[in-house]
Amino acid sequence: MSFPWAKEYQPQNGFMQWMDERLPLPRLVYGAIGAGYPVPRNLNYFWNFGVLAGFALMIQIITGIVLAMNYAANTAVAFNSVEYIMRDVNAGWLLRYLHMNGASFFFIVVYIHIFRGLYYGSYKAPREMVWLLGVVIFLLMMATAFMGYVLPWGQMSFWGAQVITGFFSAIPLVGEPLREWLLGGFVPDNAALNRFFSLHYLLPFVIAGVIILHIWALHIPGSNNPTGIDVKSEQDTVPFHPYYTSKDGFGLGVFLIAFCSVVFFAPNMLGHPDNYIPANPLSTPAHIVPEWYFLPFYAILKAFTYNFLWIDAKLWGVIAMFGSIALLFFLPWLDKSPIRSASYRPLYRKFFWFGLLPCIAVLGVVGAMPAEGLWVPLGQVAALYYFAHFLIIIPMISYFEKPEPLPMSITESVLGKAETPAVGATPATA
Amino acid sequence: MADEQRPLGEEGTDGVRRRDFIHIAAVSFAGVGAVAAVTPLVYQMAPAADVLALSTTELDVAAIQPGQAIKTTWRKQPVFVRHLTAEEIAEANDVPSADLRDPQTLAERTKPGKEAYLITLGVCTHLGCVPLGAAEGENKGEYGGYFCPCHGSHYDTAGRIRKGPAPTNLVVPPYEFTSDTAVLIG
Amino acid sequence: MVRPLGILVGLGFCMALVFALVTTVWTMATTPTEDPKNTPYFWQQEPRPANLPSSGPFAQFDRVQLQRGFRVYKEVCAACHGLNLVSFRNLEAIGYSEDQVKTIAAEWPIQTPSVDPNTGEAAMRAPIPTDRFPSPYPNEIAARAANNNAIPPDLSLIVKARAGHQDYIYSLLTGYRDVPAELPEALRPGVGLSYNPYFASLNIAMANPLTGEGQVTYDDGTRATPDQMARDVTAFLVWTSEPKLENRIKTGWAVLGFLLIFTILAYMSYRSIWAEKKGR
Repeated sequence: MSFPWAKEYQPQNGFMQWMDERLPLPRLVYGAIGAGYPVPRNLNYFWNFGVLAGFALMIQIITGIVLAMNYAANTAVAFNSVEYIMRDVNAGWLLRYLHMNGASFFFIVVYIHIFRGLYYGSYKAPREMVWLLGVVIFLLMMATAFMGYVLPWGQMSFWGAQVITGFFSAIPLVGEPLREWLLGGFVPDNAALNRFFSLHYLLPFVIAGVIILHIWALHIPGSNNPTGIDVKSEQDTVPFHPYYTSKDGFGLGVFLIAFCSVVFFAPNMLGHPDNYIPANPLSTPAHIVPEWYFLPFYAILKAFTYNFLWIDAKLWGVIAMFGSIALLFFLPWLDKSPIRSASYRPLYRKFFWFGLLPCIAVLGVVGAMPAEGLWVPLGQVAALYYFAHFLIIIPMISYFEKPEPLPMSITESVLGKAETPAVGATPATA
Repeated sequence: MADEQRPLGEEGTDGVRRRDFIHIAAVSFAGVGAVAAVTPLVYQMAPAADVLALSTTELDVAAIQPGQAIKTTWRKQPVFVRHLTAEEIAEANDVPSADLRDPQTLAERTKPGKEAYLITLGVCTHLGCVPLGAAEGENKGEYGGYFCPCHGSHYDTAGRIRKGPAPTNLVVPPYEFTSDTAVLIG
Repeated sequence: MVRPLGILVGLGFCMALVFALVTTVWTMATTPTEDPKNTPYFWQQEPRPANLPSSGPFAQFDRVQLQRGFRVYKEVCAACHGLNLVSFRNLEAIGYSEDQVKTIAAEWPIQTPSVDPNTGEAAMRAPIPTDRFPSPYPNEIAARAANNNAIPPDLSLIVKARAGHQDYIYSLLTGYRDVPAELPEALRPGVGLSYNPYFASLNIAMANPLTGEGQVTYDDGTRATPDQMARDVTAFLVWTSEPKLENRIKTGWAVLGFLLIFTILAYMSYRSIWAEKKGR
């Protein structure tokens, strides 16, 4: 698209020619994920995770559609209909375990994808829009995952719905009516279950739509790369197909091996035993925890225990939890360093490896633990670092940081200096 | 394909061939995997274990008076159990079965010694409506058996198709008399 | 403009957290720590391994054991605990024939609610193979009334619904102990409760169900010790929780084998495509 040496689509036969003049879909695919999309030649395996995320969404949509053929969204029968899928429906156990663990693997893949973007500066100009759309996808995923977790109508489903919709009641004045409107009642019940099912079916298609925008926005500047420097010549790139299609095929194999190991040999490892108990509105489980992928945010929610200024602790927690994600929208403008890749940013790199990652890990562990003992101050310290990292450290860091020297070109970073022709010597015409 | 026409021994030929083979093998494996992944998606739509398990129905025919019929269900389909009167039996036996659309005698459609009990599915063999005639006062059709109001199929007292679009007689489900009056369908 | 605002907001969050942290630490420092001996957690024990063949990467069911376990369920557990997700017909999967299943259903001590076909009045009838296991109580209130206000949980999913899974069930069934002499008064079992260090609150409403050898008669000559019965019924409950387990493991190995070959081929394909580009 944007590189002059990008190969142009050539119809292979009369039919494709005919098609190209009427509906140039093959041309679109060719330019998006075919040989017509030049990609930096130095991408590492972390760049596999975008395609993997798309694949994970596809697994979820396909298994979800067939599960919906057998599931019944009614509080009286929802739990049993899931067990009916597990016991009586042909291959139902497989479909349900694929869908249930597919959600976890979707989040694993997307988290790696996000941290890759953070490390290599993929959120920076000119890719801000790619990043913003990515955050939107992430938010939609969280909403979809939450509503999906309610559907089996087990204990964790019910109490998860109760607690999460409880966030809204923290909003002054309109909070409680808003919560009742969301649930269609005073507690999660049939009305809530039905609307969650409807939205859980709808949102993945919205996600798919936003992903198309995400990829479109990506194709304007082209992919970032581990050096973070711009593509300068044709030498710096390879066509997406076959170079990255083959690499993605291999990555897909590794992903599926990991995924299937869990689906077939430890399908309940990432779930919670209490969700195999039917929902009981009169009895809360001893210890409510969300799904693992929400744990860091749950820890942030729990960290705010003090009525600071005129805002009470409950509202602080809710604001902070939503804020912890919302701040990602401002990241491209909070970070002013002109260098993208952390490989050449010594300070940022240190904060990333020794600050952000341990902080998220601690938040994840604290989120799973009861709010007692040392877990509370530990979670508070980690939450403190989280906000400091994004809102104070990153905006200030570029004043103090002395970047390491960048390579002259992507090709130089791959082949070493000696073999690299002088920059600008290969103004290619493809 | 094109490689095969190249003279053997040309530089790189073996390498090219080996590489092509790897790509073809990898893509074929992906294709086989995709097909295998589709099977559970298709298979889940076949009848589930609980549906297949609903395979027998027990009933007692003692209370059915001659000329009366009852409806019961087998595999969630309606079943007509009719106690034929002597005239109805005679009527059914009077018809030369060879002339029928679906030639069968009453004896072939009932159990020996129990010819008076006609047990058929209440599902018209045309397009699956439930024929009339089992309940008191319903239209029994021109041949005194069953009449399907959807498209006008007439069945006689042995449940055989006599007039209308249905291709075959009403289906007799597998059943047996477990005692003088107890019937086990399925 | 974004950065100064961001820093300001960041300072706000951080201040709120600093205050929260200080008060938390202050409260922790000034509150006397509770003697750990006063919490149930101190007395709780980790489940012991049940060592069933249904665990691990080559998991399978021992059908003879499942049948023994079913016998224990029928003779010991079924009086109070339902199995409402399991049908009698499912027993064919643990090695009973169709006729045996019919007999088991027809002779089941608890009847299934039904309707009198002539009068339409509520009635009870013997279960048939397509019926689920009938619940021992007509409703929750009856269950509470009969059990000192504690509901005996349904056992269909019990192994998957408890942390520790089969090890927990096995340990709990064999975990009834005398009350330790130094156990604080507050943690001692109340009326109708029994001490069991594997249970979260230490005191369980279920009396020791497996009390002595020979409580259940096994057909296959296995000695019916309490430990053996507990293991067998646990094995049976693993099956009721996850009846498709063997299917899953078998499919899993086939899928992994296929994926391994695919991944190796894909890797070779990838390397050969990149061969000339990776000239380092």
